[in-house]
Amino acid sequence: MSHAPHIASSAAVLPTLERLRAAFPAGALARGDGGDWSPDLALPASLWEIFGHGDDVSAEAFALACARSFAGENMPAKPWLWVQDRASIRRSGRPCLHGLSPHLRSGLIHIAAPRPVDALWAMEEGVRCRALSFVIGELAEDPKPLDFTATRRLVLASEASGVPLILVRKDGHANLSAARMRWRAAAAPSLAHRWNERAPGAPTCHAELFRARGLRPGAFHLAYGIGGDDAERAAWPGDRLDLVPELRDRPLDADRLATG
Amino acid sequence: MLVTEGAHGPRIDAANPPAAAIGARAGARLTDARMLDPGIVAVPSDHMGDDATLEKMALAAQRWGPWSAPDRPDAILLDATGSAHLAGGEAAMLAEIEARYAAQGYDARSAIAPTAGAAWALSHYGAAHTVLLDPHAIAAALAPLPVAALRLDDDLIVLLTRLGLKSIGDILSVPRAGLARRFRNRRSADANPLMRIDQLTGRLPEPLVPIIADPPAQADRRLMEPLRHSDLVKRVIGDLAGDLARTLEAKRQGARRLLLLLWRVDGGAIDRRVELASPSRDPAHIAALFDERLDDIDAGLGIDQARLVAIWAEPLVHGQVRLDGENEDEGDIARLVDRLVTRLGAQAVRSPRAQASHLPERAQRWASVGPAIGATAALQLDLGFHHRPLKLLDRAEAITVIYATPEGLPRRFRWRGGLHDIVRVEGPERIAPEWWRERSSARLRDYYRIEDESGRRYWIYRHGLIGDGRGGIPDWYLHGLFA
Repeated sequence: MSHAPHIASSAAVLPTLERLRAAFPAGALARGDGGDWSPDLALPASLWEIFGHGDDVSAEAFALACARSFAGENMPAKPWLWVQDRASIRRSGRPCLHGLSPHLRSGLIHIAAPRPVDALWAMEEGVRCRALSFVIGELAEDPKPLDFTATRRLVLASEASGVPLILVRKDGHANLSAARMRWRAAAAPSLAHRWNERAPGAPTCHAELFRARGLRPGAFHLAYGIGGDDAERAAWPGDRLDLVPELRDRPLDADRLATG
Repeated sequence: MLVTEGAHGPRIDAANPPAAAIGARAGARLTDARMLDPGIVAVPSDHMGDDATLEKMALAAQRWGPWSAPDRPDAILLDATGSAHLAGGEAAMLAEIEARYAAQGYDARSAIAPTAGAAWALSHYGAAHTVLLDPHAIAAALAPLPVAALRLDDDLIVLLTRLGLKSIGDILSVPRAGLARRFRNRRSADANPLMRIDQLTGRLPEPLVPIIADPPAQADRRLMEPLRHSDLVKRVIGDLAGDLARTLEAKRQGARRLLLLLWRVDGGAIDRRVELASPSRDPAHIAALFDERLDDIDAGLGIDQARLVAIWAEPLVHGQVRLDGENEDEGDIARLVDRLVTRLGAQAVRSPRAQASHLPERAQRWASVGPAIGATAALQLDLGFHHRPLKLLDRAEAITVIYATPEGLPRRFRWRGGLHDIVRVEGPERIAPEWWRERSSARLRDYYRIEDESGRRYWIYRHGLIGDGRGGIPDWYLHGLFA
């Protein structure tokens, strides 16, 4: 299955998933018609797999962005689950509350499973619970219990309950799997910082969709909304940065000109 | 001798007869008693334990009367109205009470009087097992007792003694109007001898707050044939859960912590406990939680008795089931958390909470998932220029960094065997140690947000400064990973 990766959109064209969603009315692209993936596609909840390097958390950030696109408007209402096995905690640490998007902070239930088989069990339990908004699973390398049957179970459970499960595979190999979409995500050089040209700016991510049911595979370059959230933070009420007005030239009033 | 730590050194609470013979008495300081005899042995008092024992004793005392109340620190009030004939009369009842406590090794003094205050005075300061039944004879019977028998404050007793009023009879002989003018505190009876006298004679009511035993809800099964197979045990647990649910429903409670006790034929007992994230009395859920915990049970020759106890129960009213038959969400979450905790342990299922600290690893703590999960907590946003990584390593990993000394920007670093060229960098963000809880030798951290040539973003810090007097050349660590 060789396909030429094509750039769906550049960083400038894809500011946020939400803004793009507003730009394209939902349902304009029918699902599963062999078209290109785009963030505004209303895809059914299922198991997605995202492969990433162990020293890089772009895959997790991309998973969170996808999960947010699933959850939509009722984002903060429901709790969500992040399941990690011990190897992945050792490899890349635990989620940091202050690095998460503000909407996601209050509802996080974190599971530190001792073994991959416990992590898979916890994911399945979570996916069967309709009260969760989504489940993020994180497994390091290729654990033996994660075979085709296990992924098939997860897919069935997720599609039955409508709770999406996004499985992040750190340093994993794309073995046989029943996942509906399979991605490969890697960090890409960040955008230019607003004030400091030497500083890393808003994060970007290079994601390659290499297997999907009903969608054409392709490579995408994504920016914002994948964990950095700078633009959204500034728009959040109570944020101090939001209180600072933008510097701009004041137009000269006719009467002031007359008095001055 | 029992002592309690006070503001001015240990104080004696109680002394046994040999210590009392030396001259130690309750209320004195330990140092004074040590002067009398340096070999005196002092043991710290266990006030909580005393309280618990007294409560248990008060409950046990309800065998002689319907209501009882612990009167801290060392007395029990019992309402024996109309119940003395069951023990063969008042005097016989007091004798039985004292005999029963003596058999347990306690030294008890008892008295019966028409009012609680009079009974207290007689038992503490009167002759042994006095029986006073005539309400009109109270004043005469109590007149010879000291004023301390009135349950007054210590300084008031001193005041009355200085006034020359040493016994209750002395106070009764003073004109009532004079006492009422002198002691005007009508709020607390402790500070007003007149109120105490009135309570003693029954002119003022003195309500008794009885202690009521509330045994935890439990269900019990004795089995005709010992069980040796786990699926039969599971069925028994299902039955027990059903019984317990009915009991809890009648009390409008839900269990938070459950204890399952299984007795084997050979007398050995197996206990399993399960804790729930929110009160529940759903039999299927309870039984499913115990299913997880039954795998390692050694039935031996068989199990012949099983008991399920709700050690900790909380009020739980019926939840409203929605019209379309779906349950409320919160119950589902609590059930999910219960299942996860039962299998993985409470340490594995946690939820981050913000904490008041500026150190990144202390700014969040991991708390157990309570019933409040999902309730949107008050959002406090961070400063926009404080970038925090998406993930933090449990322990910051040491890296080797090439940087311009003493405080220049890092240029290149080696981590986990890979060499990373730093393309973009922002920093330092200086985070000082929390001097109020760390040693003075703790070093500050200069955090840098960096991006390497492939676009991976990390959070690294230099631990200390050159020449800060807290160690040699500073080390570098990698602490977090940015999206």
